[in-house]
Amino acid sequence: MTEQLAAYTTSTGEAVQFWILGTVAVIGALSTVFMKRAVHSALCLAGTMIVLAVFYLANGAYFLGVVQIVVYTGAIMMLFLFVVMLVGVTAADSLKETIKGQRWLALLCGLGFGILLMAGIGNAALTEFNGIGRANAGGNVEGIASLLFTKYVFAFEITGALLITATVGAMVLTHRERTERARTQRELAQKRIREGTYIPPLPAPGVYARHNAVDIAGLLPDGTPSDLTVSKTLRERGQIRDVSQEALNDLRALEQRAEERLERTAIEPLKAFKRSEEASK
Amino acid sequence: MNPVNYLYLAALLFTIGATGVLIRRNSIVVFMCIELMLNACNLAFVAFSRMHGNLDGQIIAFFTMVVAAAEVVVGLAIIVSLFRARHSASVDDASLMKL
Repeated sequence: MTEQLAAYTTSTGEAVQFWILGTVAVIGALSTVFMKRAVHSALCLAGTMIVLAVFYLANGAYFLGVVQIVVYTGAIMMLFLFVVMLVGVTAADSLKETIKGQRWLALLCGLGFGILLMAGIGNAALTEFNGIGRANAGGNVEGIASLLFTKYVFAFEITGALLITATVGAMVLTHRERTERARTQRELAQKRIREGTYIPPLPAPGVYARHNAVDIAGLLPDGTPSDLTVSKTLRERGQIRDVSQEALNDLRALEQRAEERLERTAIEPLKAFKRSEEASK
Repeated sequence: MNPVNYLYLAALLFTIGATGVLIRRNSIVVFMCIELMLNACNLAFVAFSRMHGNLDGQIIAFFTMVVAAAEVVVGLAIIVSLFRARHSASVDDASLMKL
């Protein structure tokens, strides 16, 4: 019976699908590693996971294919994106090496590991395979369920314990107990006056006629921009826009243009006249 | 094509993930690379399940997914609380124990 079911190759359609989607998966994985920003990495990883879901479906694991999309791309990757947003989208990775030559050593290790793994698989005599057809005969979900609730029932129940522990653990880790009462506005004002640091409310950001924006620092009486006027979040991200030089640059450009025009009219009126004659021809 | 090719692909993805863990500093990206390695293992399990003709491999892959979900929840909670404490997600900054 098994001899009959053993096969040596898959269908051509599956081979084409494998080579195209396999390339996509590897590119996605590589960009997960090499993208500079965490958001891009997360999106590339989500793409790779969707491709893997298609591979599961192609391998006859229909239940796992759907679970892969629902759990991995639907829940886990969204959780990743959520944390990336929380931690800061703009925070790019530092490119400074703390251990000298670590990057090249890591690449070398990865290459060696990959060669070892591939050689191991290549050495194994895996020329024929059984195919999932007979195991899936009564339906993939039914087959998995009957295994899950008979042979693997203890593992399944322990999984429940693991999930509840993880949930409680996550809540404990991210929960912050308020150890003291939040201070009221009156108490904050009294503290400011007692310390004498900065008593009046913070100044507004600089509002120019053309730049009505909150990311522009307001000017002090002596003309220097004051970072105190810009929101703390923008200050920490380093997104303050400096427009103090723009007016001067505009003025300089205007003067240059005026000079050019004056030069043309004052020194070379003949040339301009000739040029206009040529143009009229 | 032989389904062994799925194993080669899984090995390649696992290698890429492992290299990423070694190279990257951002703890979130390191975590994503670990997820990639788990996914590569799942692909290998599913391919083995097909090659052997029984469903045990798929069951193991299912358990891997459950464990990965639990791991992601706890790991991201650790990263968030670490970020709260040190205002950085870089793995190099967590060096309080260093001499």
